[in-house]
Amino acid sequence: MSVLVLAEHNGKQLNPATLQAITAAQFWQAPVHVLVAGNNIDSIIESLATVKGVAKIIKAEAPHLVSQLAEDLANLIVSISADYEVILAAHSSFSRNTLPRAAARLDVAMISDVLEIKTENTYVRSIYAGNILTHIQSQDTLQVLTLHSSRFIAASLQGGTAEIISISAPNAFAKTRWVSANHVQSDRPALGSAKVVVSGGRSLGSAECFEQVLSPLAAKLGAALGATRAAVDAGYAPNELQVGQTGVVVAPELYFAVGISGAVQHTYGMKDSRIVVAINQDPEAPIFKVADYGLVADLFTAIPAITASIK
Amino acid sequence: MKIVVAIKRVVDYNVKVRINADGSDVAINGVKMGINPFDENAIEAALQLKEQGKATEIIAVSLGGSVNQDVLRHALAMGADRAILVETETKLQPLAVAKLLQAIVAQEKPDLILLGKQAIDDDAGQAGQMLAALLDYPQATFASSLHLENNELLVTREIDGGTETIALNLPAVVTADLRLNNPRFVKLPNLMMARKKPITSIAATDLGVDMASRLKLLKMTEPAPRKPGMMVSSVEQLLRQLRDHEGINL
Repeated sequence: MSVLVLAEHNGKQLNPATLQAITAAQFWQAPVHVLVAGNNIDSIIESLATVKGVAKIIKAEAPHLVSQLAEDLANLIVSISADYEVILAAHSSFSRNTLPRAAARLDVAMISDVLEIKTENTYVRSIYAGNILTHIQSQDTLQVLTLHSSRFIAASLQGGTAEIISISAPNAFAKTRWVSANHVQSDRPALGSAKVVVSGGRSLGSAECFEQVLSPLAAKLGAALGATRAAVDAGYAPNELQVGQTGVVVAPELYFAVGISGAVQHTYGMKDSRIVVAINQDPEAPIFKVADYGLVADLFTAIPAITASIK
Repeated sequence: MKIVVAIKRVVDYNVKVRINADGSDVAINGVKMGINPFDENAIEAALQLKEQGKATEIIAVSLGGSVNQDVLRHALAMGADRAILVETETKLQPLAVAKLLQAIVAQEKPDLILLGKQAIDDDAGQAGQMLAALLDYPQATFASSLHLENNELLVTREIDGGTETIALNLPAVVTADLRLNNPRFVKLPNLMMARKKPITSIAATDLGVDMASRLKLLKMTEPAPRKPGMMVSSVEQLLRQLRDHEGINL
């Protein structure tokens, strides 16, 4: 038996969470294969070829795979599924779109956002926005999972010598047409993999204040910006900055929660951070319960003071 | 165009749920229940298509016990035309949900099936994609906008780091994100009128679908709390802690 990891990439770069999925895949002590689908993906293949713990890279190149539609990727996964007992990927909007479709085609359950692998078919995952953990056992012979990547360390980029094979992809699904993408251009690191995240809540009060107060701190720290759903809904920050149950899940070394009350829907997305600093004017704010360091202060004076005090 | 909207009855999002005494399940007796928030966005999207003259009929479907009539009444009060309750007391996993909905789609032959992108209880986020797979229909998950143009459904999807737009042939399956729209409030007269709209009950067992559980629940536990933190009294003390005790180079 083997374990298949679905690689996530944007055509240019591998999503680093794939390396964490590769670590998780070692659990079964079976050969780990990585499926890379796309078009002109040699640079992605190259970056994976020396990753420790990868036995084989399966390269599926076709013009229609460039848009990474769930319909095409699910068909591709199904076409090679007979060789695998576990198919997994890092939990992300990409895998959440693709793997349930593949699982249903294969008539098996899917286990989303696995926090811990207990045995070869027993897992821990959370429900109710992380309030409760469920311990579940798969009854299927083929298991399809996505992994909460911050719970797994990234596989080393060196030390592996993977065999590379090419396969042909099934024909395009054709009933879905990719039209356009709008990726936010930013000099900041990607939110999902940033070492430091500075997040703001509704207390920022406006899009202008959100930018003026948080950006200088983020710039000095080399941090990604994040936001609560309330801040996004209020128009202070764009959608893709939302951290939480329905947004991005982050686990940086350092997380600044600025003017954030700390609803469970938000803390779900950040409570795996190594150090959480919370700054809020309300001493009763629940965010202080998940913070390593809490400061009750007016964010409009505290944040500029912090920004001015760091190198 | 006929639209089926699938809705789930879940614990209200403001309730902090607890595990029952033997760790076997979530204690939901007496807890406030309601419609899954993302499913309200799905209903609203269907209503807007109808108001634009693009949809003719909206059918709300829920799977579960007779208590689910409350969320179906809510959908009818929002403006759905009729409702179907697929009755079962079995705890359904996403694959079984998709198979039951597939059976309803076979009966109703809608052009569009709308669902919420995930339910806020089990947070699986699978039913829509699984339904699309079983039907071999196009899918658009995490939709933040939706337009019908020349028989193609243009959907903008929220993805990590931005958005993408895809065009789907109908029939298709779309799952709604919160920013797709602002679901309308239900007014009392609408609630009264909704009582006159029909809810058809179908026994899940009559649909001839495999509802077997594929995932066995072993137990539920509380997550380990984060280690208690400390309150600092000033920016200076905060930075000193981060530098001296956490080794962060600031």
